[in-house]
Amino acid sequence: MAGPTIDALGQFSLTTGLGSLGRAVNFTNSNEAMLGAAAVIVAVFALGLKSKALVPGRAQSLVEMLYEFVRNMCVDTIGEEGLRFFPLVFTIFSFILLGNLLGLFPYFFAFTSHIAVTLTLALFVFVFSTGVGFYTHGFKFLKFFVPSGVPTWLLPLLVPIEIISYLSRPVSLSVRLFANMTAGHVMWEVFAGFMLLLTASFGVLGAFASVVPLSLNVALAALELLVAGLQAYVFAILTCLYLHDAVHMH
Amino acid sequence: MSEGRDKSAFEERLKAAEDAAAGPKRETAESDASSARRAIELAMRLGVEMVAAMVIAVVVGWGLDKLFHTSPWLMILMVPVGMVAGLRNLLRASGGKTGG
Repeated sequence: MAGPTIDALGQFSLTTGLGSLGRAVNFTNSNEAMLGAAAVIVAVFALGLKSKALVPGRAQSLVEMLYEFVRNMCVDTIGEEGLRFFPLVFTIFSFILLGNLLGLFPYFFAFTSHIAVTLTLALFVFVFSTGVGFYTHGFKFLKFFVPSGVPTWLLPLLVPIEIISYLSRPVSLSVRLFANMTAGHVMWEVFAGFMLLLTASFGVLGAFASVVPLSLNVALAALELLVAGLQAYVFAILTCLYLHDAVHMH
Repeated sequence: MSEGRDKSAFEERLKAAEDAAAGPKRETAESDASSARRAIELAMRLGVEMVAAMVIAVVVGWGLDKLFHTSPWLMILMVPVGMVAGLRNLLRASGGKTGG
């Protein structure tokens, strides 16, 4: 039967962007979306901070709210030293947030739905926080893997557990973001495809029945908006948490 | 004189009534919202935390097996370690004080 089919994963396939120049250097639509996200962030900040009013207008208070939100997150989680890492955390947060939000629009590409992207971000955070740990504490940072106050004969058992637990951080960090974004987009696609299937197989009756998946999709849109913000927040706060561990070692 | 005292007594009662009506309600609403946010954040994290430790443990065990040609013993050895590490991740993520 030649009719509409549900192609749930087609939306994640990479194509080339920017025309023939993009084809020549393998510039993908994912890269396009990343550049778009970065451009939106820069544009919002440039617009918001243009007036520098004492009593902020809408755009300025949006920018200030974002700034203070991340700043408080840094100081609350890492402590006063956290301000050193504020630029990093803010960059990660705004990049992922914009990536998630832009990905919600039709015809836009959600680059956070690719594990290659999220794993790269997570590995960068992991390597960076480990580096910070060794930079601040030297080789004493290895004590992080030795829990204090345990009898010595338990250590051969506990140290591997601690190491595995530490190594699992980038995996959980990246899989969480990737899985949430992918699952949401797949569900959208499945419900939307189901509407076409209903209409194709049952005619007018099916068209009326497809109100049900349509309303489900509308509800999903609200949920996805929540997930987009929440996942960016979780990624950023876990970055803070790992940096806290690296700085304070407990 | 008596009118002034009445007025201050009224102000006091009004303040007490306002506090009783608004104060606790606002507080619980705020703490409810923040605890709900924490709960959702936690729910998003916990499932993956456990699986991630398991995956890493199996991968490490498999890699060590390849290195030392001891297949499959180190991988089998690492599975319970991964389980425990996953539980440890859970405890840590849910904010339990675990020392170390």
